[in-house]
Amino acid sequence: MQTPTTNPGFWDLDEHAHPEGHSTMLGFWIYLMSDCLIFAILFATYAVLGANYAAGPAPKDLFELELVAVNTAMLLFSSVTYGFAMLEMQKGRKAGTLVWLAATAVFGAAFLGIELYEFHHLIENGAGPQRSAFLSSFFTLVGTHGLHVTFGMIWLVTLMIQVGTKGLIPANRRRLMCLSLFWHFLDVIWIGVFTFVYLLGMLR
Amino acid sequence: MSHDHHDAAHEGAHGSLRDYLVGFTLAVILTAIPFWLVMERPLPANWTAALVIIFAAVQVVVHMIYFLHMKAGAEDGWTMTSLVFTVIVVVITIAGSAWVMYHMNTNMMPMMHGAT
Repeated sequence: MQTPTTNPGFWDLDEHAHPEGHSTMLGFWIYLMSDCLIFAILFATYAVLGANYAAGPAPKDLFELELVAVNTAMLLFSSVTYGFAMLEMQKGRKAGTLVWLAATAVFGAAFLGIELYEFHHLIENGAGPQRSAFLSSFFTLVGTHGLHVTFGMIWLVTLMIQVGTKGLIPANRRRLMCLSLFWHFLDVIWIGVFTFVYLLGMLR
Repeated sequence: MSHDHHDAAHEGAHGSLRDYLVGFTLAVILTAIPFWLVMERPLPANWTAALVIIFAAVQVVVHMIYFLHMKAGAEDGWTMTSLVFTVIVVVITIAGSAWVMYHMNTNMMPMMHGAT
């Protein structure tokens, strides 16, 4: 049935050119959107269970807003330093890119350090995830975000080594663009976390 | 086409130094005010809650424009299409869950008090 010279249907018989990575950015964006749905479910769970204290501690008894403010600042700084790394990358400066990526890693590590300190503090005071539905949903939501930042850090260090050894080749630029989306996306999720979990929690 | 003006690797939207600085400044302001509102409590609780949520919504948009460099026409509109779809699903999930569970709690309340 197939006639090689003429195209009989609306479909394409000829293979298109698929340059390497030409659809990576859109694909990664769609991954982030699906990740967004995971966080939507965790936010919904927290919205439903967040007031079930089981006669245990409430947000007012547990959260220190000063600490959360510092944490928020760390993540925001890391977002901007990553942006500066991308500007250096566009200018083709390898050393500058690596310096700003290192700064991002430092702020990211500070964020994780503060979060782990907070979790440790809560668990030590008997406010672990098993204490109440509120704390279960709190640890799941904030912990999932923290886990994302942790994997982002692993990715960041991996890319620093890649850029260090192979330079700013097209593949590495593409990877840096993907991590850029991932990193800024985590900062957007954090806006939801500090607003709905911490700030609104303190008002209850 | 926007695809053609760059080198071999297809790259997404680019930001400028000005973008990042404007975004950072706005983000700091939009974060500092809600923290201040909750810490110092100059307004009644329900006003504070409403303002905190508005500031968060504005800051999400600021991040999308200045950090994620979102543009309506990027990737022939597929980026924006998937974003709009996601936002709709997110709103249904969160608002729907909260709404249903709030009404269930309200209707169960007399039972809970009556039960031993």
